[in-house]
Amino acid sequence: MTSRTFAAWVVRRLAVAAAVVAGVAVVTFVLIHLAPGDPIYLLAGDGGSPAYYADMRARYGLDRPLPAQLATYLAAVLTLDFGYSFVHQAPVSRVLLAHAPASLLLGGAALALATAAGLFAGVLPALTRSLAVDRVVRWGASITYASPVFWTGQIFVYVFAVRLGILPAAGITTARETLTGLAAGGDVLRHLLLPALTLSLPFAAIIARVVRAALVEIAREPFVLATSARGFSRARVLLGHAVPNVLPPVVTLVGLHAAQLAAGAALIEALFGWPGVGHLVLQASLHRDYPLVVGAFIGISASVVFFNAAADAVCAWLDPRVRQT
Amino acid sequence: MRRQDPAARWMGAAILAVLGAVAAAAPLVAPGDPYRLTGPALTAPSWTHPFGTDDLGRDVFAGVVHGAATSLRVGAVGAAGALLLGVLVGGIAGMRGGWIDQALMRAADFVQAMPRFFLAITAVSLFGGGLSLIMLVIALTAWPGTARVFRSLVVSTRRREFVLASQAAGAPERWILRRHVVPLTISVAVAHASYQAGGAILAEAGLSFLGLGDPSVMSWGTQLGFAQQMVREAWWTSVFPGLAIALTVLGCNLLADSVGHRTDRPQPIP
Repeated sequence: MTSRTFAAWVVRRLAVAAAVVAGVAVVTFVLIHLAPGDPIYLLAGDGGSPAYYADMRARYGLDRPLPAQLATYLAAVLTLDFGYSFVHQAPVSRVLLAHAPASLLLGGAALALATAAGLFAGVLPALTRSLAVDRVVRWGASITYASPVFWTGQIFVYVFAVRLGILPAAGITTARETLTGLAAGGDVLRHLLLPALTLSLPFAAIIARVVRAALVEIAREPFVLATSARGFSRARVLLGHAVPNVLPPVVTLVGLHAAQLAAGAALIEALFGWPGVGHLVLQASLHRDYPLVVGAFIGISASVVFFNAAADAVCAWLDPRVRQT
Repeated sequence: MRRQDPAARWMGAAILAVLGAVAAAAPLVAPGDPYRLTGPALTAPSWTHPFGTDDLGRDVFAGVVHGAATSLRVGAVGAAGALLLGVLVGGIAGMRGGWIDQALMRAADFVQAMPRFFLAITAVSLFGGGLSLIMLVIALTAWPGTARVFRSLVVSTRRREFVLASQAAGAPERWILRRHVVPLTISVAVAHASYQAGGAILAEAGLSFLGLGDPSVMSWGTQLGFAQQMVREAWWTSVFPGLAIALTVLGCNLLADSVGHRTDRPQPIP
């Protein structure tokens, strides 16, 4: 496999991703036209002047046949033109981009925590060879996976913010203080800890489950037996030889759960008042800011699909066998 | 070799059976409207209010009891959507192969790649919240995983000798599917659909938590949404509804695990 064929593989994967995003735009177009009421309010927002609506009607071609309208709509979406948010008095794409960094910080931190905790918990049964440890990890993962993040978050707030008073319960910065430099970064980190920890839990649980199951399978592979036969310690066989082989399935799994991560992030943002895209979508939905709701849906879908493609690429890079399929 | 605690086998079924009994007995156990004000606000759990009351004096226990029916319905619809559409799509794709298979599996990829929670938020925003709309979105997005698994099972079963033999004997495709393929594969599809029930319950609870659920029915998610404002003073407003969600989803997942484990090996051929 040369780097050129790998590049071709990446290009093909990106083309699929673009097709999915276009499909999502078609779905939103259908929803907008099925919804009760005049679609112009859903496309152009609520609260403009009659002249503005006349202008937007011409722009979206609402007097033309539906296929032509769809083409206009797709062209607008593909140029990242999601319309105008009257609530925020700004173009939807700009509002979304302004809120994206907070969501990426939360999602990235949760993913990092989940990977670390999930790998650790998944390796423990094989490392200790204890049935008791195995049972604790399996039941712990099952229970954690079943618990909704918006509930564990409330419990964490009650324990760590209300009873113990050691961590802030909401927001991204301490409102009353104006901090700069390192102190400001530390303040954000302190605010990040509870939301990121809460969001990470179900993903840590699935990672632990998959790692544990994969290690059980891999333990019977000849190369593991061979390294053991050479007298390497169990920890070295596991961490040096077995665990690297379970990484590709973990990456695939994380990629496949990108949509759940985004949904969890939205719930966590609402719970902790974290100023990200999920919080934005909820406010937009409550304020009937339709262009923002629809634009966010397309934007989140695109990020999820892109994240999927990135996970596949990492997998192909980690494991040459994947590239051949 | 996969092992499972024997306890887990019956625990999933037991949890769901208890839940079903609670949902059925709700009018007897906690009569009246669960949104009704029943006593002083924010009282801790006691004999009259086993799970305490919230900031408006509503009985948390009554809410949890009445919320069971909502979660059960949503879970059943999610599982049914996954099972019916998944078996239909996966079965056709696996039996037919070729371009039909390709097209159906790409459709499955597409639905799976779409963030369903945000699709539901968008649909609720555009059409107005209602339990049937939420259930419709859940049912229409629950099937791809089941379809994929069922398709691969159908493909591998089709290559087995007894299927090839009946094909050679001239049996029609539909008969082969009904007589040979479905009996060997349906339990795995059911297991997969059970996972979807858990996912569906979490999705509805999440929407209700955000205030986008159906205001006319009681939901554990709605209770947690209310609790958001008062968890600092009254832990019981959050602990009991959340515990109910976690237990129910755990029940669905354990049930799925036990069915899957019992049947994931090809069954002996008589």
